[in-house]
Amino acid sequence: MVRLLGALVGLGFLLVLAISLVTGITGFFREPPTETIEHKFHQDPKHVSFSFDGPFGKFDRQQLQRGFQVYKEVCAACHGLNLVAFRNLADLGYEEAEIKAIANQWAIEVPDINPETGEPTMRKAIAADRFPNPYANEVAARAANNNAMPPDLSLITKARHHGPAYVYSLLTGYQNPPANLPKEARPGQGLYYNPYFPNLNLAMPPPIAADGQVTYADGTNPTRDQMAKDVSAFLTWTAEPFLENRHRTGIAVLLFLLVATVLAYLSYRQIWASRKH
Amino acid sequence: MSFPWAQAYEPKAPLMKWLDQRLPLPRLVWNSVGGGYEVPRNLNYMWNFAVLAGFALMLQIVTGIVLAMHYAPAGDLAFESVEHIMRDVNQGWLLRYAHANGASFFFIVTYLHIFRGLYYGSYKAPRELVWMLGLVIFLLMMATAFMGYVLPWGQMSFWGAKVITSLFGAIPLVGEPIQAWLLGGFAPDQPALNRFFSLHYLLPFVIAGVVILHIWALHIPGSNNPTGVDIKSPQDTVPFHPYYTAKDGFGLGVFLILFCATLFFAPNYLGHADNYIPANPLSTPAHIVPEWYFWPFYAILRAFTVDFILPAKLWGVVAMFASILLLFFLPWLDTSPVRSGSYRPRFRQFFWILILDVLILGWVGGLPAEEPYVMISQIATMYYFAHFLIILPLLSKLERTLPLPNSIAESVLHGEKRESVPYGVQAKPAE
Repeated sequence: MVRLLGALVGLGFLLVLAISLVTGITGFFREPPTETIEHKFHQDPKHVSFSFDGPFGKFDRQQLQRGFQVYKEVCAACHGLNLVAFRNLADLGYEEAEIKAIANQWAIEVPDINPETGEPTMRKAIAADRFPNPYANEVAARAANNNAMPPDLSLITKARHHGPAYVYSLLTGYQNPPANLPKEARPGQGLYYNPYFPNLNLAMPPPIAADGQVTYADGTNPTRDQMAKDVSAFLTWTAEPFLENRHRTGIAVLLFLLVATVLAYLSYRQIWASRKH
Repeated sequence: MSFPWAQAYEPKAPLMKWLDQRLPLPRLVWNSVGGGYEVPRNLNYMWNFAVLAGFALMLQIVTGIVLAMHYAPAGDLAFESVEHIMRDVNQGWLLRYAHANGASFFFIVTYLHIFRGLYYGSYKAPRELVWMLGLVIFLLMMATAFMGYVLPWGQMSFWGAKVITSLFGAIPLVGEPIQAWLLGGFAPDQPALNRFFSLHYLLPFVIAGVVILHIWALHIPGSNNPTGVDIKSPQDTVPFHPYYTAKDGFGLGVFLILFCATLFFAPNYLGHADNYIPANPLSTPAHIVPEWYFWPFYAILRAFTVDFILPAKLWGVVAMFASILLLFFLPWLDTSPVRSGSYRPRFRQFFWILILDVLILGWVGGLPAEEPYVMISQIATMYYFAHFLIILPLLSKLERTLPLPNSIAESVLHGEKRESVPYGVQAKPAE
């Protein structure tokens, strides 16, 4: 009985699937799926290597500081970093006094309440504050950016496939649209062609426009490539501040587990030595 | 129950004697996973995965309880509280990555455990209830994992919750009220997040309870083995401890190496990047996909594309649930008296086609619903149902099976079956 009912149910599913399949196949041959414009012109991120790649990877403190400088002087005008506090900059090798100065001189102030009158007011940032958002809210952000919303960058390298390579490719990937790009995919008013962006046209104007846009404190030559790479490294740190800790712990844990597993294997063999199995 | 030759528990230390007379807890442990549980001597490495699944459950419960101390199940706080765990809680990144990857590894070992049962006929009499309780655990795991994935309240959390709960909306007439009742609203929001958190905390303990029933039911007939032949004499078995505790210790080591390699060096590999974007009801992700362990079922859901009597979506939902529920009837669909696939040459061929089929379903389930992937999923879904509902019942009538060994001991001591010799142990000629 179970088998009879089972076979009937099975044949029912097979029938509906067969109809679906035949419909799919006829549709496929009548109107073969065409490659979308995005699919044709979109490019995978460039290959770029960073000091934090691989199981032994570590951050390059100098590079993070340079990346932070790029963020501060270029990105921070539009993009927030609302999961990172000024005090976290200690990880980058800044001294306490430097961090206080960075917070105090930050271009955007922090909303507060006047302790005397209770009126809303603005004050200078302190080390314990998170990076203040450049816009009061999403409406203000869109109003200032041609209705595009500059995303918060705290997690951007984890929120995009190929994280740092994607950010690097996007920053260095602005170019003139290819001649064979169909009209409907050409960048409209206020849009910029970038094949690394999923729908090819991006509302963000090229942020790193020229070599030397930032004057690095450590004297590194600020080429566009260098700046894009440095800020990608910095944004990897903001997304995964414990990356080095994770790598270090992982190596120690794996070494321990390898030894423990070899011992477990040997004791398994010894216990079973007298038994065939 | 156990076999007559199993060693009885004899407490030696005075404290244990005292305890055993008042609360025989040590006796229970001894008889369940100690020297008092006699196990076939020929189990291969495929029998390691039950213990590993139990370990994964404990790992999820322990890490989950600590994570819940720092997590806030509120729409505007959930995402931020997860990042608080990642950044400000001591070793919070380790806890959260262990919990997120632990879910994936729990499913990996559970799938291997299920397919081991399928190959060696562990679902057949007298172990039907062991199999069915296992399926209950699997369904509870799926519910728990789904609700857990909603909690970080990222884009995939939100849209995954929306897609999965909309499946209930496909039920005729009462579907939409049921969907609204489950969510506590018309779309996933604060009420949904709160109840998902509550249930996500509850269900693992329900799973632990059903695991106890699963083990209890298993211990009545005892463990199956690679030959599928019943235990007949003391020659056939060894005590669980120390023989299988030692083997499971080694298995656990290998499991932990693979788990920790993922956890420490590729913690986001099995997740989806979009879940690091806070949930936004106004922006739909380009491709909404569930976690990888649901991909085969997602492929079955999307394979039905034609309204035939019922709407296509309802066919998909019914088929998806049927794909798991039919496994409850497996003991009565496959009536071959031979348990182990090692002695069923035709069954073995179809079994490997099934494995390939489920892998294909998993592959297309993670891809966007575009041709030719939809057609591939349709063919693969056809095979899935045909395998269990048509091929297996026919096979158990028609197949000519190979001669079984007289006993487990005979099969081991003559060494004629390579399956019963674990890797690394030389099969010696009979003495």
